[in-house]
Amino acid sequence: MTFLNSDSSPILSVHNLTKRFPVGSVFMTHHVHAVEDVSFSVNRRQVIALVGESGSGKTTTIRMIARLIPVTKGGIKFKSVDILKAEPHQASLNYRRMVQMIFQDPFASLNSVHNIEHHLARPLLIHKKMVDHDELEHRVLSLLELVELKPAQDIARRYPHQLSGGQRQRVAIARALAVDPELILADEPISMLDVSIRMGILNLIEKLKEELGIAFVYITHDLASARYIGDLIMVMHAGHMVEGGGSEEIIGGALHPYTQLLLSAVPDPHSGLRTRKDLQARGEVPSLIDPPPGCPFAARCPKVMDVCRQVMPGQSYVSQEHWVRCHLYGEGTSV
Amino acid sequence: MSASIPACGPPNLGNKMKPIMQSSQAENVGKPKSAPGRSMQSTQKEFLAGLLSQRKAMFGAILLAIFILAAIFAPLIAPGDPTRFVGRQNQPPSAEHWLGTTGQGQDVLAQLVIGSRVSLLVGFTVGLLITLLGLAIGMTAGYLGGIVDGLLNVLTNVFLIIPALPLLITLASFLPPGIATVTFVLTITSWAWPARVFRSQTLSLREKDFVAASIVSGESTFRIIFSEILPNMMSLVVSSFFGNVIYAIGADVGLAFLGFENVTTVSWGTMLYWAQNNSALLQGAWWTFVPPGLCVALVAFATTLLIYAVDEVTNPRLKTEKEITAVLKKYRITTKRATPVIRDPAG
Amino acid sequence: MALLDVKNLQVEYLTARGPVKAVDGISFNINPGEVVGLAGESGSGKSTAAHAILRILRSPAIITGGQALFGERDILSMSDEELEQFRWQNIAIVFQSAMNSLNPVMRIRDQLLDVMQQKGFSKSQALHRARNLFNLVGIEASRLDSYPHELSGGMRQRTVIAISLALSPDMLIMDEPTTALDVVVQKDILEQIAVLREKLGFSILFITHDLSLLVEFSTRILIMYAGQIVEQAPAYELFKNPLHPYTVGLMNSFPSISGDKHRLTGIAGSPPDMIAPPSGCRFHPRCPKAMPVCSQKTPVMKTVSEDHTVACHLY
Repeated sequence: MTFLNSDSSPILSVHNLTKRFPVGSVFMTHHVHAVEDVSFSVNRRQVIALVGESGSGKTTTIRMIARLIPVTKGGIKFKSVDILKAEPHQASLNYRRMVQMIFQDPFASLNSVHNIEHHLARPLLIHKKMVDHDELEHRVLSLLELVELKPAQDIARRYPHQLSGGQRQRVAIARALAVDPELILADEPISMLDVSIRMGILNLIEKLKEELGIAFVYITHDLASARYIGDLIMVMHAGHMVEGGGSEEIIGGALHPYTQLLLSAVPDPHSGLRTRKDLQARGEVPSLIDPPPGCPFAARCPKVMDVCRQVMPGQSYVSQEHWVRCHLYGEGTSV
Repeated sequence: MSASIPACGPPNLGNKMKPIMQSSQAENVGKPKSAPGRSMQSTQKEFLAGLLSQRKAMFGAILLAIFILAAIFAPLIAPGDPTRFVGRQNQPPSAEHWLGTTGQGQDVLAQLVIGSRVSLLVGFTVGLLITLLGLAIGMTAGYLGGIVDGLLNVLTNVFLIIPALPLLITLASFLPPGIATVTFVLTITSWAWPARVFRSQTLSLREKDFVAASIVSGESTFRIIFSEILPNMMSLVVSSFFGNVIYAIGADVGLAFLGFENVTTVSWGTMLYWAQNNSALLQGAWWTFVPPGLCVALVAFATTLLIYAVDEVTNPRLKTEKEITAVLKKYRITTKRATPVIRDPAG
Repeated sequence: MALLDVKNLQVEYLTARGPVKAVDGISFNINPGEVVGLAGESGSGKSTAAHAILRILRSPAIITGGQALFGERDILSMSDEELEQFRWQNIAIVFQSAMNSLNPVMRIRDQLLDVMQQKGFSKSQALHRARNLFNLVGIEASRLDSYPHELSGGMRQRTVIAISLALSPDMLIMDEPTTALDVVVQKDILEQIAVLREKLGFSILFITHDLSLLVEFSTRILIMYAGQIVEQAPAYELFKNPLHPYTVGLMNSFPSISGDKHRLTGIAGSPPDMIAPPSGCRFHPRCPKAMPVCSQKTPVMKTVSEDHTVACHLY
C-alpha cells in the first residue's frame, strides 16, 4: 500500500458513511438510522468540527472512522487508500498508528488499575516505538511534557484517580500522541471538564495541530467551541449532514434553518442581552427509527415546503467551501 | 436428612450470600471515583492494607489460618491414628479422648484434625478450579460476543439447568470413589454459575471507554481481556473464589454424607456419614457429629468475613457510612432524615 | 424584606480522610421575584449550599454553622416535622438531571398526585391541579397517563418542574436544570421558566457552571469558589465589569459566537482539594494578580459600587 503524502490532498476523506442498527424482535425488525450518507474530508494541519445535538450521529460517525464499529455502507479513504477495501475485517496495526482517538469522559477513558506510565508505555510498546527500557522511559516523560503535565516524573507514577479531570484528559491526549498519529478523532473532549480548564485543552489541541501538523476531527454540541477551534464546521442533524464550510462563514452566515436555530439557542451575553432572535422552532430531535423520507428537520422547520417532506435535498454550494442541504437553496447534487 | 445438602449447586447453598455480594460488587467494579478526596483501591498494596485494617478481615483471616495450619500440620497435631480402634464405641469426651470416640471406637479429635485435610483441600481446590474455569469461559464469551458467545452460552446454560444433585450422584456412582472423582464431579457441576457472573461483568466492562482506547491503541484481544478488564474485576473474582470455596466444602460434605465418596477416607463429610450410619442422634452421641459440623460452619464463617471485608474495601461508601453512624451517635443526633445541624463538632 | 436570608452558612462532609469544609461561611439573600444565579465549578460548594438550605443533604454531610432565615423562621433550627411542612410548600427544588429522578414504574399523573395528596389535596382537586400545571409547563394534559420513558428528555424536565410547582412555592431552587439537555431544548425550557415566573411570581436560586447562561437569565449573580462567595453583582454589571480575578478568568473561558475571535486562556491550575484548602485567599495559587498578602490573609467582602461586592485584596 502506498500512501500519498502531500499537504494539499486530504488526509481523511469519508463518503456516504452510513450506519444502521437493527432493533426489535426477530419478527419485526426496525432500524435505527444513526448515520446517513455523511461525507467530508479533512487535510493535515486542519480541524474540522462536527456539530450536532444528541442523536445527530456525530459520535457514531467517528466511531466508524476509528473502526470501533463496522460500517453499514460507505467508504473511508485515508491518504487516498480505500481503507475498508484494503483491510475489510480488522483495522491493521498501521491504521491504528495513524488514526487515534480521545474520548469524552476523562474518568472513564483511563483504566483505574494502571498508572499513567503504563497507559503511555503500552502504545509505545505495541507499535515498537523504542529500542530499550531507557528510551521508553524517556519517551513517556517527553510525552507528558508535550501535553504540559509537570512534574512529569511525578505524574507518570500516579494513578488516574489521583489526577484532576483536566490532567486526565491531557494524559489521554498524550496517549494518542504516543504513536505519532496523523489524525486524531476527538469526541467532545472538553464537555465533561470544568469550565475554567476547557480553554487550556482547546489551546493544546491548537498547538498540536500547528506544531505537529496533526489533523483533528472535533466533535461537539457547542457551536462556540466549534468556532473557536474549528477551521471547518459541519452541522449534523438526525444522522444527516446539513451544512458545512469554513467556520467563520457558517457562524457569520448560517443558511440552513437548523443551523440558524442552533445559533439562536446558544447563550451569548456578548451579543447583548435580550436582543437575540427568539427560537424559530421548538421541539426535539425526531426519532431515528425507520424515519420517513425527506428532510428530518421538516417537522420543525419554519420555512418548510412540500418537497421537504418527500425528498432529502442534495448539496448546494454557495461558495467554494460553504455548502448546504436545503431545498431553499435548490435541489443540489446528491451526496 | 440434614438441611445442609446442596440441592442444585451454588445458587442454592450460597443463595443468601451470592446475590448480595454480586450486586454490590458488580456495580462498583471498574467504576472510577469521581470526587476528589475519596481514596479507592487502585494498587495491590492499598488493597491489602485496606483489607487487613478491617477487624472483620483480621478475625476471619486468623480463624481461617488456624484451620489451614491445622490441616497442614495435622499428622503432628492429631492424637494418633484416626482409623485405629482405640477405645470403646461412642464414649463421650474425656481426658483420654478429648472429643470422645465414634461408633466404631475411633478417636473423634484425631479424625477431626486429619479429616480437615481432605475437606479443606477439596474445598479450596474445587473453589479455585470453578473460579478459573468460570473466568476462562465467562470472559471469553463476554468479550468476544457473537457466535463464540452464543455457543458458550448454550454450554453454560446446559450446565446451569442440569440439576446438580442428580448429576453429582450419577457421576459419583459411576466413577471410582476418591478425592479426584469428587473434585472432578464438583467442578463440572458448578462452574456455570461463576461463568455467568464473570460474563456479565465482562460485558459491562467491555463497553467502557478505556477498553475502546486500548483497541484504538492496537492492543491485542488477549491483553485487553487479561491486562485491562480482568484487573477491574479482581474484587469480584476474589469474593467469588471465597464464595465458591464455601460452596465446595459444603457440597463435599453433603456428598460424603450421602455416601457417595470413599467412606474409608477420613474427612468431615465421612465423619457425618458414619455418625448417621451409627445412629448417633438416637444414641445421643453428639460428639460424633457436632464437631465436624461446627468446623464446616466456622470455616464458612471465617471465609464469609473475608468476603465482607473485600466488599467494604472495594466499596468505600460502606466504610464511610459506618463512620458517619459512629459520629452521629457520638453527638446523639436524633434527626435521621434532615441534614443534622451540629454547631460545634469537636474535631 | 428578603424572602431568604442566608447568614454565614457552613457545611462539612465527614470523610475517611477527615472533615471537608465544603461551604465555609457564605451569606446572601434572595428577594421576592428575583432570579439569583449561583455560579461555580466542581468543588465550589454551590450544590452543597443549595441542598443545605433545604436540609436535604445526605450523610456524611453536617451543617456546622449559620442561619437560613425564611421570613422569620430559621430553616436550620426546624424539626423534622416542621421541615416536612416547609419543603415544597415554601421552597421547592429541581435537581440536576432531574429527568432521571422520575419513578420509572409510575405514571406521571400518579407522581404528581402523590405530592399533592400528601399535603391534603383530595384526588379530584389534585387531578385538576395537575392538568393546570401541565398546561402551564406546556405539555398536553393527555401525557399525564404516560410513563417517564415515553417522554423525551425535555418533556421530563418540564414534568419535574411541574411537580416542583405543585404547591405554589415562593421559591424554586434549580440545580443545573438544563445541563443534560441539548441547547435548543435548554433555551426552550428556560424561556418557559421565565414565563412561569412572570405568571406565578416565585423567586429562583439558579445554580450552574454556565456563566454565560446566568448573565442572560438572572437578576443577580453570586460567584462561588472553594466554598466561599468571592463576588456578587447584578448580572449585567458582573458581565461588563468583573472584579475578582476568578470571575475574570471564568468570563475568559467562554468562546463566543459573535464578535471577533480572540485567544482565550481560561484559568491555570485546578480547583483546590477541600481537605486542605490554600491559606489566605483560596484562589491565590491560580491568580495572575496574586500579591504576598493574598496567601496570608483571607479577604473580606467589600462593597465596591452599588450592589457590587467582592472579596479580594485588590480592592
